[in-house]
Amino acid sequence: MAAGRSGAGGAYVMGVFEHPTRKAVDRSIGQLHAESAQAALADAGLTRDDVDGYFCAGDAPGLGPLSLVDYMGLKVRHMDSTETGGTSYLMHVDHAAQAIAAGKCSVALITLGGRPRALGMATGTAPRVYSADAPDVPFEFPYGFTTANLYAMVARRHMHAFGTTSAQLAWVKVAASHHAQHNPHALLKDVVTVEDVLASPLIADPLHRLDCCVITDGGGAIVVTAPEVAKSLNRPKVRLRGAGAAAKTPDGGRLDLTYSAVAQSGRRAFEEAGVTPADIKYASIYDSFTITVLMQLEDLGFCAKGEGGRFVADGNLISGVGRLPVNTDGGGLCNNHPANRGGVTKVIEAVRQLRGEAHPRVQVPGCDLALVSGIGGQLGSRHGGATVILERE
Amino acid sequence: MYLKPRRAPAPDRTPETAAYWDAARDGRLLLRGCRACGQVHHYPRTLCPFCFSADTEWRVASGRGTIYSYSVMHRAAEPYAVAYVRLDEGVTVMTNLVACEADEIRIDGAVHVVFHPSEGGDPIPMFTPLRPPG
Ligand SMILES: [Zn+2]
Repeated sequence: MAAGRSGAGGAYVMGVFEHPTRKAVDRSIGQLHAESAQAALADAGLTRDDVDGYFCAGDAPGLGPLSLVDYMGLKVRHMDSTETGGTSYLMHVDHAAQAIAAGKCSVALITLGGRPRALGMATGTAPRVYSADAPDVPFEFPYGFTTANLYAMVARRHMHAFGTTSAQLAWVKVAASHHAQHNPHALLKDVVTVEDVLASPLIADPLHRLDCCVITDGGGAIVVTAPEVAKSLNRPKVRLRGAGAAAKTPDGGRLDLTYSAVAQSGRRAFEEAGVTPADIKYASIYDSFTITVLMQLEDLGFCAKGEGGRFVADGNLISGVGRLPVNTDGGGLCNNHPANRGGVTKVIEAVRQLRGEAHPRVQVPGCDLALVSGIGGQLGSRHGGATVILERE
Repeated sequence: MYLKPRRAPAPDRTPETAAYWDAARDGRLLLRGCRACGQVHHYPRTLCPFCFSADTEWRVASGRGTIYSYSVMHRAAEPYAVAYVRLDEGVTVMTNLVACEADEIRIDGAVHVVFHPSEGGDPIPMFTPLRPPG
């Protein structure tokens, strides 16, 4: 048996689907979840009635799993609605595997759906409260912090501490755009240059408009199964080899913006998988902003702390050009950031790469080990980090 | 670009932190300190987040610190600066930098607290660069 995660033979990602819509004026949130679920199950060769575990996060309307189990007519014996923003779905993959190993379910369905673009939401540029009675709100909300500011302050500190430049950050967007030109569903398909990024308007200094991910509607779904189910299906088998999760906060005022929660989630995932960054052939790195990618690459150990700017420069993240192909679907920066949550699409592109089903122009040859990592919530204050390592069997 | 004091939305007063806002009306910045472990924290809690003791009390802060990081929000009707300020007491607080030029702001620059009215609520502590006298 392969090395890595132990426990009753592990669990397999057997079905994935990324909804093609980017603006869903004519669809409901329930519909986006259900259409994604139906297609991911079909991708696996399963049906709705095979599902016995269901996972969703904060994008799910109403009473979360109850509302969507109802809408989709699911009959489940296990539910989980872990909510850590855009990384929730990476944790769901881990939690699904744990539930499968514990015998709580054998076919776990994870779904996401939302329509912030149709609603005209100012996702990153309007101050947001997730819940008015959170204890931090009176001491933070009055200051008008937006999501963009809370990532920008990490970028500013990184520039101060390590000499990172806006031009280096821009390379993350440039790489995403090189990949997105081959994705017919990508919201932004035009290749951009470092100069284009630097010439785009400042949103939250030092981040420019092109340092920020897109706002899209859409949906996605992932099907995780027990080994005996995976064996019965006529699809490439993608095994969960290791996973890790972590939370990082302002910590009572002992704030340190030079690292993220992924420093811990990544270490835990690599330890469980028994592999190192040098073994990874492809990486999906949550790109809410360009700085989000740079921080994670350092915290995962793909380069030393402070070296991220130099690591991402000169096309090093472009498939077929650089050392580490990242976000070959065009990522959140160009392709899709459905429901303001990028975790599902990150898993989906990693599975495409491991199956050899990515676009031929971006497919990594012999891709048998992939990493998925994400930061959900606010990088500059409280956020969840999650890392998943997947292997083609 | 001159950064005017923002008119911030009123903070919600809760029984746990009412004293913080009462002090703000008197122009004093409070921190929560812990008698058990001796450390101060922010935002204020009844239970110390470092040692989880309930033996905590209010302490008056110096109101002075340095800028840890900042970001000017350009996508707004009137641009404003958000920041983390590291107080001399060692804790870092979220705030706005006000009554200064945007190009006066620099990381590690010294700042001091100024209180500005909110929209129909208690005054809000903000920070402005500490300028040498004369
Ligand atoms: Zn204490």
